[in-house]
Amino acid sequence: MTVQELPGAAAYRPTPPPAWKPLTDPAPLLPDPEPYRVLGTDAVADADPELLLRLYAELVRGRRYNAQATALTKQGRLAVYPSSTGQEACEIAAALVLEERDWLFPSYRDTLAAVARGLDPVEALTLLRGDRHTGYDPREHRIAPLCTPLATQLPHAVGLAHAARLKGDDVVALAMVGDGGTSEGDFHEALNFAAVWQAPVVFLVQNNGFAISVPLAKQTAAPSLAHKAVGYGMPGRLVDGNDAAAVHQVLGEAVERARSGGGPTLVEAVTYRMDAHTNADDATRYRVDSEVEAWRAHDPIQLLERELTGRGLLGDDGIEEARAAAERMAAALRERMNADPVLDPMDLFAHVYAEQTTQLREQAARLRVELEAEQDQHGHDDVEEGR
Amino acid sequence: MTTAAAPAGERAAKARPATMAQALGRALRDSMAQDPTVHVLGEDVGTLGGVFRITDGLAKEFGEDRCTDTPLAEAGILGTAVGMAMYGLRPVVEMQFDAFAYPAFEQLISHVAKMRNRTAGAMPLPITVRVPYGGGIGGVEHHSDSSEAYYMATPGLHVVMPATVEDAYGLLRASIASDDPVVFLEPKRLYWSKADWSPEAPVAVEPIGRAVVRRPGRSATLITYGPSLPVCMEAAEAAVEEGWDLEVVDLRSLVPFDDETVAASVRRTGRAVVVHESSGFGGPGGEIAARVTERCFHHLEAPVLRVAGFDIPYPPPMQERHHLPGVDRVLDAVARLQWEAES
Repeated sequence: MTVQELPGAAAYRPTPPPAWKPLTDPAPLLPDPEPYRVLGTDAVADADPELLLRLYAELVRGRRYNAQATALTKQGRLAVYPSSTGQEACEIAAALVLEERDWLFPSYRDTLAAVARGLDPVEALTLLRGDRHTGYDPREHRIAPLCTPLATQLPHAVGLAHAARLKGDDVVALAMVGDGGTSEGDFHEALNFAAVWQAPVVFLVQNNGFAISVPLAKQTAAPSLAHKAVGYGMPGRLVDGNDAAAVHQVLGEAVERARSGGGPTLVEAVTYRMDAHTNADDATRYRVDSEVEAWRAHDPIQLLERELTGRGLLGDDGIEEARAAAERMAAALRERMNADPVLDPMDLFAHVYAEQTTQLREQAARLRVELEAEQDQHGHDDVEEGR
Repeated sequence: MTTAAAPAGERAAKARPATMAQALGRALRDSMAQDPTVHVLGEDVGTLGGVFRITDGLAKEFGEDRCTDTPLAEAGILGTAVGMAMYGLRPVVEMQFDAFAYPAFEQLISHVAKMRNRTAGAMPLPITVRVPYGGGIGGVEHHSDSSEAYYMATPGLHVVMPATVEDAYGLLRASIASDDPVVFLEPKRLYWSKADWSPEAPVAVEPIGRAVVRRPGRSATLITYGPSLPVCMEAAEAAVEEGWDLEVVDLRSLVPFDDETVAASVRRTGRAVVVHESSGFGGPGGEIAARVTERCFHHLEAPVLRVAGFDIPYPPPMQERHHLPGVDRVLDAVARLQWEAES
């Protein structure tokens, strides 16, 4: 039986709903279908050579940092390290695009962005070494603690940017998240709050292809992650995440837009994680060599190096200089990380509350007794061995 | 009798019946007036004044930037409050009902409770999370949870529950002024309880973490807080006929926990019953009973008993009276304190 045949159907006339239509023309918010590129295109003519050289030096340093940190996991000096090799252009551009007064909200893989922003390379690794959760004062560098839960730092960025604007400061917050993180509820809530409040925030999604083992196709059915922006009423931008000049330009425009009161932007940088999720992961179980090799041909350092050498801005000396500087950084990092951190167990109770509760004072006293007993025991052992 | 001739100042200072809801609203207003970094945010807190009208008038007086209607998203409300606190503000967020706060749990547990600790003291978060909580108002499902056990199991949070009009004001002021995050549980069935209280007169702002003896007694101690305090006070009056002189201790906060006041009372009386309306299994009563036993074992004449809600999901409103510990259930426990060891 069709609808037309229903008894009485002909007599029904629906009342038209009260007039309502969507307010925003979505077209300006939509990303271009192709990721934006600068290197190897006409747009590169407008790029500042000084900036390109700086980006290059930082990319080389960043890759060496990743290699050194991964090596430190093999020596047991780091509990774990999530390498960002292949993603250096996103990391470095995120750090360099911000003014000193701005804030960076990194995810757990974004150590490199924090270091490029000026954080001490060792302080950036304390979380992964396991001696302290955050080895730095977030206010000193305006870098939020490296965030392990996915996407939960995004609403923090929105709140901070909102608070800054309420105070009349022209501060921008840049928040970094991976492709997997875009499936989390906090991603949605952060983008929604940011757009409603027109908070000066830039969201940078590093789409590196996989959330541990799950490929993007199993993560989202959206045309692109940048397309998600239109649903919140903010512009979405798609950029080649291995093109440092392009990422810097797109993020720069988004930061400027936020700073001048234009509200938030969602930037999706399409890149690739060359290493496994962390040193503890086996990437051969979920991806094929040919895919990795194809991305190796689109390496962020090689792209920039070819551009700079082709234009005569960089010669063998310059390349050697960048590598030597990276090597010096790695050697210093290695040396400092090989020293055992000095830890005070009593610190466990020091920063739970502004004022210790009675219960914590009692527990601290108990631990002190245990430590003293341990000390006595060790002293005794030493004497025994000395005989 | 009319007092129209009295000078304005005297009239203002005169105590008159005020509700807990009014005292809470007054505490928010006074905190905002005193400290420009105090911001109120949540669902419906602005134009509507909150579904319980606690924030009534704040948006009008302080502007929408200081009292903000947010999108409907609890994790977003608390998550943005974290960022605001990182930038030096003192956010007071409202979770509309107890069970509505659960989407914000990750922000609360993973960030709010830990930020001071994980930054070695560099970044404390002075956030107050106001949660209208508990049953007894005929609310439908998800509107009557007692969630204090979840919060008190998380180091880094203060968990505060006022039971009187005066404490509603004083403890909320102290919570907002605290440099640590506070989960402030408002017993919603006491919102309309009244006391002669003058909001204009100086009100003592108690430090968080001190219990108080609400009724002195000699034969047993009722240890309680929040919505169960009036139940215990009524039970104590009723027990007089049975020859019991009950002492009633109002904890006022579960974290920090005032071991001293509680233990001193139980040592005096030798017997104790913990009363709360959240479920007994894994509930605050177990922790309190253990603490009392550890400190007062040689003074105890009977095991520490618990009177709690049943270990069931919060029942539908037409059945909630069977779940909530009432006077009779408390008196029954008191009778069982005449304990004799089984052979």
